[in-house]
Amino acid sequence: MPDIELSEPAEELLAALWAAEEEGGERAERHSAPTDQERAEAARELAEAGLAQESDGELSLTEQGRREARSVIRRERLAERLLADVLNLGEGQVAEAACRFEHCLQRGIDDRICTLLGHPRICPHGRPIPPGDCCREGARAAPSVISALADLTPGCSGAIAYLQTKRRDMLQRLLSMGATPGTPVRVVQTFPSFVCHLGQGQIAVDRETAQDIYIRVSSTPPPARRPGLWPRGLHRFRFRRGRPR
Amino acid sequence: MAVGARQLLGRLLTGRLGRPGCGCDQCPLAAPADVRRVTLFGSPNVGKSAIFNQLTGAYTVVSNYPGTTVEVARGRVRVGDVLLELCDCPGSYSLVPSSEDERVARDLLLEEQADLVVHVADAIHLRRMLPLTLQLIEAGLPVALDLNIVDEAARAGLHVDPDRLGRDLGIPVVATSAATGLGIDRLRALVTGRPPTPSAFTVGYPPDIEEAVARIGDLLRADYPISRRAIALLLLQRDEGMRQRVLASDPGQLPEIDRVVAETEARFPHPLAVPITLARQRAAERLSRAALTQAAPAPRPSLAEALGRLTVQPAAGLLFLAVVLYVGLYLIVGKLGAGVLVDFLDERVFGDLVNPAVTGFVERLLPWPTWAALFVGEYGLVTLGLRYAVAIVLPLVGVFFLVFALLEDTGYLPRLALLVDRLFKRIGLSGRAVIPMVLGLGCDTMATLVTRVLETRRERLIATFLLALAIPCSAQLGVILGLLSGHPAGLAIWAGVVLGVFLLSGYLAARLLPGEAARFYLEIPPLRLPSARNVAAKTLARLRWYGAEVIPLFLLASVVIWVGQISGIFGLALAGLRPVVGALGLPDAAADAFLFGFLRRDYGAARIFDVHAAGRVSGIPLVVAMVTITLFIPCVAQLLIMVRERGLRTALAMVALILPFAFGVGWVLNFVLTTLRVQI
Repeated sequence: MPDIELSEPAEELLAALWAAEEEGGERAERHSAPTDQERAEAARELAEAGLAQESDGELSLTEQGRREARSVIRRERLAERLLADVLNLGEGQVAEAACRFEHCLQRGIDDRICTLLGHPRICPHGRPIPPGDCCREGARAAPSVISALADLTPGCSGAIAYLQTKRRDMLQRLLSMGATPGTPVRVVQTFPSFVCHLGQGQIAVDRETAQDIYIRVSSTPPPARRPGLWPRGLHRFRFRRGRPR
Repeated sequence: MAVGARQLLGRLLTGRLGRPGCGCDQCPLAAPADVRRVTLFGSPNVGKSAIFNQLTGAYTVVSNYPGTTVEVARGRVRVGDVLLELCDCPGSYSLVPSSEDERVARDLLLEEQADLVVHVADAIHLRRMLPLTLQLIEAGLPVALDLNIVDEAARAGLHVDPDRLGRDLGIPVVATSAATGLGIDRLRALVTGRPPTPSAFTVGYPPDIEEAVARIGDLLRADYPISRRAIALLLLQRDEGMRQRVLASDPGQLPEIDRVVAETEARFPHPLAVPITLARQRAAERLSRAALTQAAPAPRPSLAEALGRLTVQPAAGLLFLAVVLYVGLYLIVGKLGAGVLVDFLDERVFGDLVNPAVTGFVERLLPWPTWAALFVGEYGLVTLGLRYAVAIVLPLVGVFFLVFALLEDTGYLPRLALLVDRLFKRIGLSGRAVIPMVLGLGCDTMATLVTRVLETRRERLIATFLLALAIPCSAQLGVILGLLSGHPAGLAIWAGVVLGVFLLSGYLAARLLPGEAARFYLEIPPLRLPSARNVAAKTLARLRWYGAEVIPLFLLASVVIWVGQISGIFGLALAGLRPVVGALGLPDAAADAFLFGFLRRDYGAARIFDVHAAGRVSGIPLVVAMVTITLFIPCVAQLLIMVRERGLRTALAMVALILPFAFGVGWVLNFVLTTLRVQI
């Protein structure tokens, strides 16, 4: 796929079209609303690039446009996550900065950032982040700053970054059990359930719940915890439990 | 009418009518007293029940496991001039209920209109506990905070300043340790003193939420037991129970309120519970930072720590479980309970002493055999009903409750829950369900009640079904272990079949029942050495509950059988059962065991014990009988609780499924074992 250079308003419009398809509703305008003329220009630019087509005055994405839009959305929401989770920006700042940031994110860098953030599945506003190649390959070799509890190994420690779940009751429960953002966490074991120290207490959760708890990792255990027990190279054949598909 | 009568009765009991009492100092009926209605509220596992016991001197079940108070405990005690009416709620994490027991607690809080709500909190986890305090204050209730378990907090190096916290929150705060009795006097003085005025402390929420709260508050017209601010916040969090209340009191306003809620939701990316909870957390963080000092923690006893680690690791944990099962169930319940205790009580006490004495006495008093048969003889009230209850069932259940209380008090059960969670997911349950399942090995009736701690209806249904079908109660278990202990092969076949049925039917139920799979998340308390006082209190409280349930039913069953006998219905039913029993390869005498099983599950097992003792059943038929009796329909008491908790139709459907299934499995097992000529 050739790299297409789009102007900022055109990228904005592309993302807006995606969001409209995704939710069947309009996307929250983050900037001052574009003027009709700006919008018309952006629409023309998309149409020329073959990303959108107009019929009955309705602008809709083409197949190629959909691919392009998906990538724009992905970068935008990853940028939001990065700013919110790693740089700890407040809600207002995130929206403003993510908007500028996203345009600077080149293709390929998004996968690195995605890995760094532990392959998040939703943006801070609760909208889904389209998965990239890195998520499908499960590239977890690179160190992550933010990681789902489910992807951590015993001995890792850090603090809770955020919880992501649509189940209100569960969210409430987890919060009241002490899993609030900022609480220090140390993973004790990961099988058969995830057990971790949480603040002063200890909790156990299943894998599904562990996938909803994201942690800002501050220290990971040294990779070979028991040197000498296994001959070099043999570790590849060891049973690795709990790797997500 | 009924309410009026109850109120009158309440006033009579509490002496509000100014009725002179009996004059003694202890008697609740004594002269006009100042009545204080106090509700204990708080998260699970913070020692509410222990506080309740300390204040009342009565014993409810206290345990090192979240969620054991499923029913509300009430107690009344006289302190000086004040009559204290205490009410202990099931544990709740928040005012927005997410399970049935939390709903019970919340409704109680709304309806009780207590003079004082004491929030019992765990001092170690103060930061997590405070949001609930803030919610109670927000609700406009007269609140006091009890920081419990301060002794353990001190061991962890945490020191709380109750006065500072009290000043910041504007409510009375006391520090206690229910286990050691520390601070209880201060708490007693607080609950009997003048009730505090509601605090003015408020949590600031994001502006959009504050605006919505104000708008909803203006829309509410009716009188509510809690503040409008709290109601508005609950509605914004989509609390269905509260919405129903508003629908009942302010039906005209609801559409407008719903609109405000929807509008506000649209302004936030998450459900509103998130920003609301986070705002409270931030306030709690500030408050706890001001009131807490963290010193270097005293070194924890490393043995408990090491054992705590070991019990949650898969291999060591399973080994540990095997040891617990072997010692707890086989040695203590099987050998000690069924062997030593039952032998002694049944043969020495009843066989040699009570039965001959009562028989002689009754026969002299009632010369008519038909009437004498009501009390003595094969199905007599004393020789059968009382003997089964006191000599066979009570020792078994008692010993089991003792073992269970020991396990509970150490904090082992949550560890077991996290070990079996994966397995339980396959049968549609979460690890949390281990509590009702293990308790079911003691008494399925009590366990059916405890399924309330499970969060989804689907999970409660499956758990109720499995308890009714495949979990033998301790009376059955004791008899079975006692009878089969000489036949290891028979015991293995029985255990294999019952476990197989448990897993298979659970698996099928999970596949067939629609609904989302249960999630598992649980606090793991530290392992503690069980306290003799707690264990004794728990065992006694459960036994008392059991005694009140079981003895009347046993006696009633004797009367029913007697009536059945003299009217001939019993004989007819037996005649009807004989072919079924015969098809299983069992002797005719086993038919009454099944008939008795309708009346009480354990009754049936106890009957087989008699039949076996008479040498009329052994080998394959014995194993088949044991399996069928185990799977067989639940006893009357359990059936009643099933109807109450799950509804009549569901309960009947379960029985209709279980009955043919139990006999079917028995028939197949008999066929297989006899065809293969298995020697047992």
